[in-house]
Amino acid sequence: MPSWLTDIPQLDRTTLVGLRRSLDQAYRSFSREFGDDIEAFFEPLLFFLVWFEKLLVNAPWWAVLIGVCLIVWALTRSWKLIAGVIVAFLLIGFFGMWEDTMRTMAIITVCTLISIVLGVPIGIVMARSNRVQMVMIPILDVMQTMPAFVYLIPVVMLLGIGKVPGVIAVVIYAIPPVIRLTNLGIRLVDKEVLEAADAFGASPWQRLVGVQVPLAMPTIMAGVNQTIMMALAMVVIAAMIGVRGLGQPVLQSITNQYFTQGLLNGLAIVALAIVFDRVSQAYGRRIQKHRRGVIHG
Amino acid sequence: MADPKIRIENLYKVFGPNPERAIGLVRDGISKQDLLDEHGHVLGVRNISLDMPGQSIQVVMGLSGSGKSTLIRHINRLIEPTAGSVIVDGQNVLEMSNKELRDFRRNRASMVFQSFALMPHRTVVQNIAYGLTIQGLDDDEIKRRVARWIERIELAGYEDHYPGHLSGGMQQRVGIGRALATDADILLMDEAFSALDPLIRYDMQSVLLDLQAELKKTIMFITHDLDEALRIGDSIAILRDGEIVQQGDPQSIVLHPVDDYVADFVKDINRGKVIKVGTIMRPPTDEAEGPAVDADTLLEDVARLMANERSGWARVIEASGQVVGVVSTADVMASMVRRANNGGAAKVAQ
Ligand SMILES: Nc1ncnc2c1ncn2[C@@H]1O[C@H](COP(=O)(O)OP(=O)(O)O)[C@@H](O)[C@H]1O
Ligand SMILES: [Mg+2]
Repeated sequence: MPSWLTDIPQLDRTTLVGLRRSLDQAYRSFSREFGDDIEAFFEPLLFFLVWFEKLLVNAPWWAVLIGVCLIVWALTRSWKLIAGVIVAFLLIGFFGMWEDTMRTMAIITVCTLISIVLGVPIGIVMARSNRVQMVMIPILDVMQTMPAFVYLIPVVMLLGIGKVPGVIAVVIYAIPPVIRLTNLGIRLVDKEVLEAADAFGASPWQRLVGVQVPLAMPTIMAGVNQTIMMALAMVVIAAMIGVRGLGQPVLQSITNQYFTQGLLNGLAIVALAIVFDRVSQAYGRRIQKHRRGVIHG
Repeated sequence: MADPKIRIENLYKVFGPNPERAIGLVRDGISKQDLLDEHGHVLGVRNISLDMPGQSIQVVMGLSGSGKSTLIRHINRLIEPTAGSVIVDGQNVLEMSNKELRDFRRNRASMVFQSFALMPHRTVVQNIAYGLTIQGLDDDEIKRRVARWIERIELAGYEDHYPGHLSGGMQQRVGIGRALATDADILLMDEAFSALDPLIRYDMQSVLLDLQAELKKTIMFITHDLDEALRIGDSIAILRDGEIVQQGDPQSIVLHPVDDYVADFVKDINRGKVIKVGTIMRPPTDEAEGPAVDADTLLEDVARLMANERSGWARVIEASGQVVGVVSTADVMASMVRRANNGGAAKVAQ
């Protein structure tokens, strides 16, 4: 029996090692060559991250709480949510996790903003062209299923450990939902309403900002919501490459078997997740005023 | 005669992967069904030529799938034709650049849709303002104009409602307001009233006729309802499988349907509401007494007058008072119940 029937045909060991070596080598020299430039490119991001984190950490706790409540009020007009936020943050403070929570909030906020700023336009482009969609969908699938550790490697090789690689890793992991749902939302906009926009002479831009994006908004917001949840889920993994916040005590607890510390920090992440989730959902509903109320004949 | 406001010439539309090739077959007269079965293309419209004079209502009728929506969408070029031309005010719409076309749609032709197609996220006021926003007018001007239309189409009190909260009739008022607000002199109405209940529909027809008496737009109005067509249309074109099978004024279509397809459309119509006394009168006789009417009076109204005066005759007079013809009760009755053309009596006998 020929050998390829019993064993799957396989590169021989030396070729395989050689392949790995040369690819790694190539990437290493690439990162040596351009690492500094790329780092410089992300400099403003780092600057902003540090500034924002300091702001949250150094401000008195009550000022932060008031600020958060004001934002929640502006977005949702819901007293119940505000009460929930106050209780959650007081408990977090009470159990000594205030500072870590502030750091995590800072990075999650920045990651979410970046995801929206990049993701919504990408989703829009995808919705306009079937070809772009065909290319993007498998890329998004890979981004969502590739274990995060795998793409941490090249990011760390390129940028070392720290906040910026952390943000990049989180964004790679968390951005797909906002892209997907922007694409979906825009594709689902009522064709007849679009035809009406055309019939009244709307330019492509007027049609996009006046009709497509507003009507896709509930779907886009659902994507933003998922993106935030996924970003929070990355907190612990991001901690492995030096992102400070609630993830680090969790990592520590794993290595040292501190069950309670792990649980408390985990719960703080859950509390943040619930707050972000409820606020983004309530905001999503509130901008859909026209869907409320009865239809009367 | 003056040039028509809108002239459609030899318009063809074939839907499918390769319309340029299929159009040869269409010109050679392949049937719609064969085109679909054997060549995988759908015939939208075939060789349509239609002149629409300004300031009048052209009705287009036909069964579902006969190409009405396709035809009307060529006028503002929401659909590109496979061949032919659409000339508005002497200018070929199909040769306009993107920008010219946008300006044309913004300022010269607006549209009302069967399913209303309002913007669900905009209030009544914002919907009516839509075309003006697209035109780029300033807010004060928009406010002023919209307020006028809210008044005119009786939507006061609903300014800040969202369309989803309004009844169908109200929504279509908004649709009409949105179309009229741009001051375009061409109005395209694709089955604008078909989705409404009969009573509301009748109301809306009245609204449209009132507005038209004042505004004198050039309107293409699509419907599959003959009563509506006869009430609204100055002229009617009947479409079948993408072709115009008959066109003319309402009376001629009722009196002389060219084939069974058209005859089928008109068979249940109240003829007294369509036929004018001038078309059935006989030469004047001296002894005839009775009410005097002008030649454009509908038979229904003549019959009512004769009944009121218990007269067996009516006299048809010119503006000068000169009697130009007479009709008897029997003439009127016969024309109101009988199909003017062949076959009417035979059908009754069956
Ligand atoms: N975009 C399209 N692609 C393919 N076929 C179409 C398209 N639009 C309309 N048709 C076909 O063209 C014919 C005429 O349609 P339409 O103009 O909508 O008819 P009507 O408005 O009279 O009901 C129908 O057979 C319809 O299926
Ligand atoms: Mg139609």
